[in-house]
Amino acid sequence: MEQNSLLTYLILIPLIGSFLILLIKKEQANLIRYTALGISTLAFIVSLIIYFQFDSANSDFQFISKIQWINGLNIHYHVGIDGMSLLLVLLTTFLTPLTLISSWSSIENKVKEFTFFFLMLEVGMLGVFISLDLFLFYIFWEAMLIPMYFIIGIWGGKERVYAAIKFFIYTMFGSLLMLVAIIWLAVYAIGPLGYFTTDIVELYKVAPQIPMNTQIWMFLAFALSFAIKVPLFPLHTWLPDAHVQAPTAGSVILAGVLLKMGTYGLLRFNLPLFPEASVLAAPYISVLAVIGIIYGALVAMVQTDVKKLVAYSSVAHLGFVVLGIFAMTQESIQGAVIQMINHGLSTGALFLLVGIIYERTHTREISDYGGIAKLVPIFSFALMFASLSSVGLPGLNGFVGEFLILLGSFQSPILNSWWYTVFATSGVIFAAVYLLWMYQRVVFGPVTSQKLVGLKDMNGREIFVLAPIFIFIVWIGIYPSTFLKVSDKSSAKVVKQIYNPVKVSSVQLGLNEPSK
Amino acid sequence: MFNNFQEFFNIIPIIIIAAGIVVSLLIEMYSKKSESILPWFSILLFLAAGLHALYYVGDVSVVLQNMLATGGTVNIFYSIFTFGAAIVCLLSIDYLKKYGIYYGEYYIILQSSVLGMMFMAGAKDLFMIFLGLELMSISFYILAGMNRKKLNANEASLKYFLLGAFATGFIVYGIALIYGSAHTTSIDFITSNFIELTKNLLFVAGVLLFLIGFSFKIAAFPFHMWVPDVYEGSPTTVAALFSTGGKAAAFSAIIATLFALFNGPAGNLFTPYFAVISVLSMFYGSIVAIAQDNIKRMLAYSSISHAGYLAIGLAAGNHDAVAGVIFYLAAYTFMNLGAFGIISLIEGKDEKNLNINSYAGLGNRRPLLAALLAILMFALAGIPPFAGFFGKYYIFIAAIKAHLTWLAILGVISSAISVYFYLRIVVLMYFKSSDEKLAIESSNSAMLAIVFSVLVIILLGIFPGSLLDLITKFI
Repeated sequence: MEQNSLLTYLILIPLIGSFLILLIKKEQANLIRYTALGISTLAFIVSLIIYFQFDSANSDFQFISKIQWINGLNIHYHVGIDGMSLLLVLLTTFLTPLTLISSWSSIENKVKEFTFFFLMLEVGMLGVFISLDLFLFYIFWEAMLIPMYFIIGIWGGKERVYAAIKFFIYTMFGSLLMLVAIIWLAVYAIGPLGYFTTDIVELYKVAPQIPMNTQIWMFLAFALSFAIKVPLFPLHTWLPDAHVQAPTAGSVILAGVLLKMGTYGLLRFNLPLFPEASVLAAPYISVLAVIGIIYGALVAMVQTDVKKLVAYSSVAHLGFVVLGIFAMTQESIQGAVIQMINHGLSTGALFLLVGIIYERTHTREISDYGGIAKLVPIFSFALMFASLSSVGLPGLNGFVGEFLILLGSFQSPILNSWWYTVFATSGVIFAAVYLLWMYQRVVFGPVTSQKLVGLKDMNGREIFVLAPIFIFIVWIGIYPSTFLKVSDKSSAKVVKQIYNPVKVSSVQLGLNEPSK
Repeated sequence: MFNNFQEFFNIIPIIIIAAGIVVSLLIEMYSKKSESILPWFSILLFLAAGLHALYYVGDVSVVLQNMLATGGTVNIFYSIFTFGAAIVCLLSIDYLKKYGIYYGEYYIILQSSVLGMMFMAGAKDLFMIFLGLELMSISFYILAGMNRKKLNANEASLKYFLLGAFATGFIVYGIALIYGSAHTTSIDFITSNFIELTKNLLFVAGVLLFLIGFSFKIAAFPFHMWVPDVYEGSPTTVAALFSTGGKAAAFSAIIATLFALFNGPAGNLFTPYFAVISVLSMFYGSIVAIAQDNIKRMLAYSSISHAGYLAIGLAAGNHDAVAGVIFYLAAYTFMNLGAFGIISLIEGKDEKNLNINSYAGLGNRRPLLAALLAILMFALAGIPPFAGFFGKYYIFIAAIKAHLTWLAILGVISSAISVYFYLRIVVLMYFKSSDEKLAIESSNSAMLAIVFSVLVIILLGIFPGSLLDLITKFI
């Protein structure tokens, strides 16, 4: 098989980079920052090269590299991407340098450790999106917890220790059950394939044959792990804590990329591996997703803390993504994929903005603000822009994703009811309410607090961070097909895998030997 | 005695240690500088024996009139014991100085305990197991009380001795019953006629007593009562040896006895026993560890829960399980030695700084030490990419292959619980600060040992195949 090392370089750059950071003396904080920025920018450039070489007409995995890793267990270092993972890889490499710039002045303490963990986090996230072997996937999935745990725990707010532990144990618990399911699946593969394998390309062929009653258990074990990560109502309780306590950069990455690992997992593993169980579970999970949309929006509405408000809005937005995934139509899945990117951009921007203002005022209480429009016009404009994007204003990115999801779920033969769409749509309205209401209280009106007098507007660095995000927000809003066409074929493939699971017997598979 | 030169050659690791003990005695008797010679001499012996065992791992044979097996997994066990003991020596050098408890016999007894472990791992005869077990255990009883001026060290030693002797009694009684019913102590004969023999109730009782005795030695619930007190009272370096070499040796003896049965018709006979033991140990260890404030006691309970994970492998009772158990033991040996090593460094004279709150703010004060301990804690918790994760992974594979999925599920739930107390240390080190001054004596030899252990668990975690392929070749 032809090997392509580009993806390996993509992981190695931040990995080696993080160790380079360790070699720099901790007093040279700026050198550390610039090095980290250089490394993550390099990773972004590599991902752009991958994007330009990517063939979006091909639904198969591309840039594949498969190297024997653990002989005895037939485990390979197997990486590759399709359209869905490409978009998420791009989102990761795009957001990482931006968040590093954003934490230029907010992280003063232990810069070296922070950048080390941050680059490690990037390694983990990229690894999750490009792994084609469940074992490799699991290693990245779990290993990524460690840097995030430290980022929340060391640089977080007052309740950071509690939030960090909660985040760790919640995620760990879910993923350990997934580990059992992964092993079970690999052992099951011995039957039809004749060998133990965790390679998902091979498991795609055999897993759908698992008898229904076992398939449901497998589905649940995987789904639990991903649903915690998403987070799907009612497993979301770790999220507000983690978000509120995490430093801005942590929140941006958490919302921007980490949560997507859950929805990505559902799309990559649950649907294609356990199609029958997925169809069976779709209505139930969609109900939870819709509850999440409404619940997230209602709870966001009553928040007095801006960051918590944005955190709960994530629960609502991710509810849309999950609904899109489990509506299982081409449109809804495309919508879900694009909505993952949208959420990364707009919520990322919101968290950045909250961080920017917090750095100046050291408060996130909505009531402490008011009338800052005149004081900080650029900031107010940026906040408006990000809020509208999050609300789903036509012409901006959020609209495209939500529209596709609602359209897809309306037509979905699996859900077969338009109630889902009706309730989900109410979520869009609620989103407008809580975001715009928050905006009104923070930005308009008279200046209520003396503390706000003399508030400085966004500086060049901060504008530089947000500008690229805004460009993409408009780009996706106006011309989404640039992005939609990347994932088009792979979404279609997922739909095909659900409706026509490849049912092959071991005879047809020819009992091929494990590749050596 | 030897049928040919090859036989002699194959047991060179044992001969190195045995001859080393004699030479060490002479050094101790005639040299005034024994305190600085003996540790390094022991390390040399251990490394020589371990490397020889690893290098000639392919020479599988049975020597000494069917008494001892060599090569293959036996040699892998040899190298686990000897490398582990070498690390213990490195840790002991400055630790013994700190407490002023250097006695010449320390290293000599350490060597004899390793010799005992080696007999157990290679045993082909129940007597050989007993011989090795006694050699190891008696050495351990003495080592536990090495700090003879301290009350709780004496308590630990006495407690360990009384309960250990009691457990050994079970084993001897078991062997006697087995001999009475099978008319032989040859493990090969017993395992090949196992099904027939089980028709005799005395034989079944004998096997059960034998297993119960060993459950004590591996520190499994409900035979664990000695563990926390002994770990707490013994010198930390010695506790490190108990929890690694001692446990590995006991598992090696179980494997030596039961291995031939696995994958045979009698394979699943022991499943219920080990499954019950493993569930109880995992949960008891993980849950009680949460309540511990003394870090040595915490690791003692963690050791109980690790015995539980290992027992999952024995319950699965297939060849994958044996490979998994050996891999896990290797990983666990280095993880625990590293952790105990750091404790022995941080521990002040008179048992100070053993409370976990002493670790508050270690991340600021001793960044390297804290980073190493954090890695070790993540590894013990079974988080990838460290070796502890792969050990668990492989044992769970074995369990699921043996249709014990429920046991694997209970195993992961217990792992999730155990994350809490391992993370507690990390939380204290990095997320809390402390004004208290912590005077940590530096020790280059101990640092070397700790850094080496951490490197091993990282490498084994990322390239588990390196060791696993070696193990599976012989299973």
